[in-house]
Amino acid sequence: MQITLNVNGVERTAEADEDTPLLWVLRESLGLTGTKFGCGVAACGACTVHVNGSPVRACVVPAAAVQGQTIVTIEGLASTERLHAVQAAWIEHQVPQCGYCQSGMIMAVAALLAHTPQPTDEQIAAEITNICRCGTYERVRRAIRSLASASGGRLSEVADTGVRDE
Amino acid sequence: MNKWTRRAFIGVGGVIGGGLAIGVGGVIFAPNRFGLAPHGETHDGVVQLTTWLRITPDGVATVIAPHCEMGQGAQTALAMMLAEELEADWRLVRVEEAPAEDAYANGHLVRSFRPIAAALPRFMDRSIEYASFRLMQWMDMQITGGSTSVRATGQFGMRVAGAAAKAMLLEAAAKRWNVSESQCTAKLSRVLHAGSDRSLSYGELAADAARLDPPVHPAMKKRAEYSIVGASIPRLDIPDKVTGSTRYAIDVSLPDMLYAAVRAAPVFGSKLESVDPAPAEQTPGVVRVVRLENAVAVIADSYWRALKGVRALTPSFTQEQRVTSDSATLFALIGAALEGPGAKSVISRGDAAKALSRAAKLVEAEYRVPFLAHATMEPMSATARCAEGRCEVWTGVQDPLAARKVAAQAAGVSEDQVLLHNHPLGGGFGRRLPGAHDYVDQAVRIAREAAPAPVKLIWSREEDIQHDFYRPAVLARFKGAVDSAGSALVWIARFNGGAADGVDADAVRTPYAIAHQDIAVVEHDTHVRTGFWRSVAHSQHGFFTECFIDELAHAAGAEPYEFRRELLADAPRHRAVLERAAWMAGWGAPPPPGRGRGIALVESFGTIVAQTAEVEVVDGRIKVHRVCVAADCGEVVHPDGAAAQIEGGVLFGLSAALYNEITIRDGRVVQSNFHDYPMALLADAPSIAVEFIESDAPMGGLGEPGVPPIAPAVANAVFAATGKRLRSLPLRL
Repeated sequence: MQITLNVNGVERTAEADEDTPLLWVLRESLGLTGTKFGCGVAACGACTVHVNGSPVRACVVPAAAVQGQTIVTIEGLASTERLHAVQAAWIEHQVPQCGYCQSGMIMAVAALLAHTPQPTDEQIAAEITNICRCGTYERVRRAIRSLASASGGRLSEVADTGVRDE
Repeated sequence: MNKWTRRAFIGVGGVIGGGLAIGVGGVIFAPNRFGLAPHGETHDGVVQLTTWLRITPDGVATVIAPHCEMGQGAQTALAMMLAEELEADWRLVRVEEAPAEDAYANGHLVRSFRPIAAALPRFMDRSIEYASFRLMQWMDMQITGGSTSVRATGQFGMRVAGAAAKAMLLEAAAKRWNVSESQCTAKLSRVLHAGSDRSLSYGELAADAARLDPPVHPAMKKRAEYSIVGASIPRLDIPDKVTGSTRYAIDVSLPDMLYAAVRAAPVFGSKLESVDPAPAEQTPGVVRVVRLENAVAVIADSYWRALKGVRALTPSFTQEQRVTSDSATLFALIGAALEGPGAKSVISRGDAAKALSRAAKLVEAEYRVPFLAHATMEPMSATARCAEGRCEVWTGVQDPLAARKVAAQAAGVSEDQVLLHNHPLGGGFGRRLPGAHDYVDQAVRIAREAAPAPVKLIWSREEDIQHDFYRPAVLARFKGAVDSAGSALVWIARFNGGAADGVDADAVRTPYAIAHQDIAVVEHDTHVRTGFWRSVAHSQHGFFTECFIDELAHAAGAEPYEFRRELLADAPRHRAVLERAAWMAGWGAPPPPGRGRGIALVESFGTIVAQTAEVEVVDGRIKVHRVCVAADCGEVVHPDGAAAQIEGGVLFGLSAALYNEITIRDGRVVQSNFHDYPMALLADAPSIAVEFIESDAPMGGLGEPGVPPIAPAVANAVFAATGKRLRSLPLRL
């Protein structure tokens, strides 16, 4: 069937089976390979994208089910000129190692901070359940804390606009 | 540079140079006395100054790193080491991964340090075995493993290459100005003349320099003179990783590309007997069902359709005779083998049996660790195109040259007809080492059926978990004794394992001064295929030995840290590391109520690491709050990257300590995905403090040594908190 998706602010169409997960349509039909395949059962979070601002694990959501909704992938997180605040913090704290899980990790954190600009450690632990085999969690936490304190409570604004000097 | 001399390096380089001279141009870093490739080749204005360096007329110095990037930061660290000696302006330094060509093999480095290394990492032996011990086959290694990139290639390759190139650039400038070399200095990618204000950039000098003979003994900088090495320079691979633009093997896209999913025999050793292709062929988009020796694959026009196709099949596989049916049987068999004859001595000191009979207090303990999968976040993937007698492969491996050989065999072409593109790895941990390139073999065989179309093979996570090369399951039995003064006297260990040499011997050695030791291995094979898992045998034996020393301390009525410390009087580096970790943890002051502290000390890959863990048992679950790590790896090239490797090692080891277990039932792996092979998550991650004790000792590795101490530190902490001694991994109360 033909599937029409609003991805990163652009209407895109793709030909795919009705049950094809959003992940594979993004990666294979639309060439957006920043979103990763890790488990296929929504257990690891490597495929996390935003659907209407909420983090969604794209490996189990049929693409056909999210037509007409606003989808943002790692490729669309930054504005054209500037990195998103979370991405900049990831560089500042040298978070990634192999980096494979980090697209999903960054998308999950961006979604968390958009609605909870100053999360407690408990909130971070409860919301960020992505698997990282390289073990970057300590730096993920450090980067989130730095964003929370930098925002002084205004991080949702920063995160929404993606404006932050590198 | 310890006992290893530059002369030795260059000499060995000459042997390899003899091979390189056959068909590879542009390699000039060979000693003149061999008369080999004394001149650089210039083409398109690009000068290949050494094997590992290219300087273009714009002054950009590109370091060609013969190691893959899998998150360990090796490429940045290697570039730093070369740039330091080159006196390069870091802003003009780039790094690229060496192509999978013989000229970029790093095996000669491995070979170089064999005479001085107590033990060569065993996977390297294995590669050599595959190569039938032929000298030329040493060149087939372009390996990233054994925590060797910085300490071998960096130390003996990059630094020397950078220094040699700088010497040649200085000589070129002196000749150009007709002045003495002693009046010239190199700084920030320029050569300056002291007697005038003249200066020339490296780019302007590169072509001249390439026509000079390379120095046999290039002068190297002293550590005190370093400005790049020792700084936490932002890693070069990170910016692309935060925007999702890094291209892993799984991200490859080619015109007319097809996709494949595979399903291999669930029991190792079984072959494909029969399969009815019809259910897959009826799936829309399916192009073909491919029968492999021990697997069936489906090619389709999308991965999802290939996956649906393969899931629709009900293949039958042959019954394998030599199968250990389940994990309990396996451990029973190992247990029986340990009591039987045939134990091969690894370490024998004093008279353990006699001392045991006279000892004040005896301790016996049995430990076990399960098979473990690597579970890299990027599942195994390779894309292959076979056409016109050639084969092109895109994949992610820890040894591109070995993978090229696998591809050539699968394609039925010679190696020089294979072009292999190695991509950044979405995790390696040993899963992508030589001997474990089964996914490359599959991809090529599948692509042959679809020629000339390229085919991308992606393993499902289920394939990945069930068809790994697992960390071996080990059962270990210890007997020990303390004397009347409360010090460890006897240490007897039996365990199953591989040959009684190589890295195993390193792993079972204890640093403690124990007079009577009897350590022996019993070889025991199963049908489950095994491989090298981050830190290899150290992850198992670190757990055994550091738990058992804790048990001896308890038997002696001693405080476990002090007990260890007393036994390290003749091992000052170990002792200093232990003391630093204890100090970081506030050892001596009681932990917060309800918590226990444990400590462990393990040397692996030339690096000594001590870790403390502070744990609490909450509702029967082990919660690790804080981990303090002290490490001595000699010199630290990139402090932040070094700390990141240790932090990652702690988490990797913590998943194994608390959660990871592969079990066998009916001859096959039970677990299949992260729901039943769970990993430590952010919620489980302790706060981790890392400190290094720098020294002039030979450089140690960093990719692996962070792993082994965490499991025993946590187990010992659980004992301190609860009085329960847990002797199996994963730890369960």
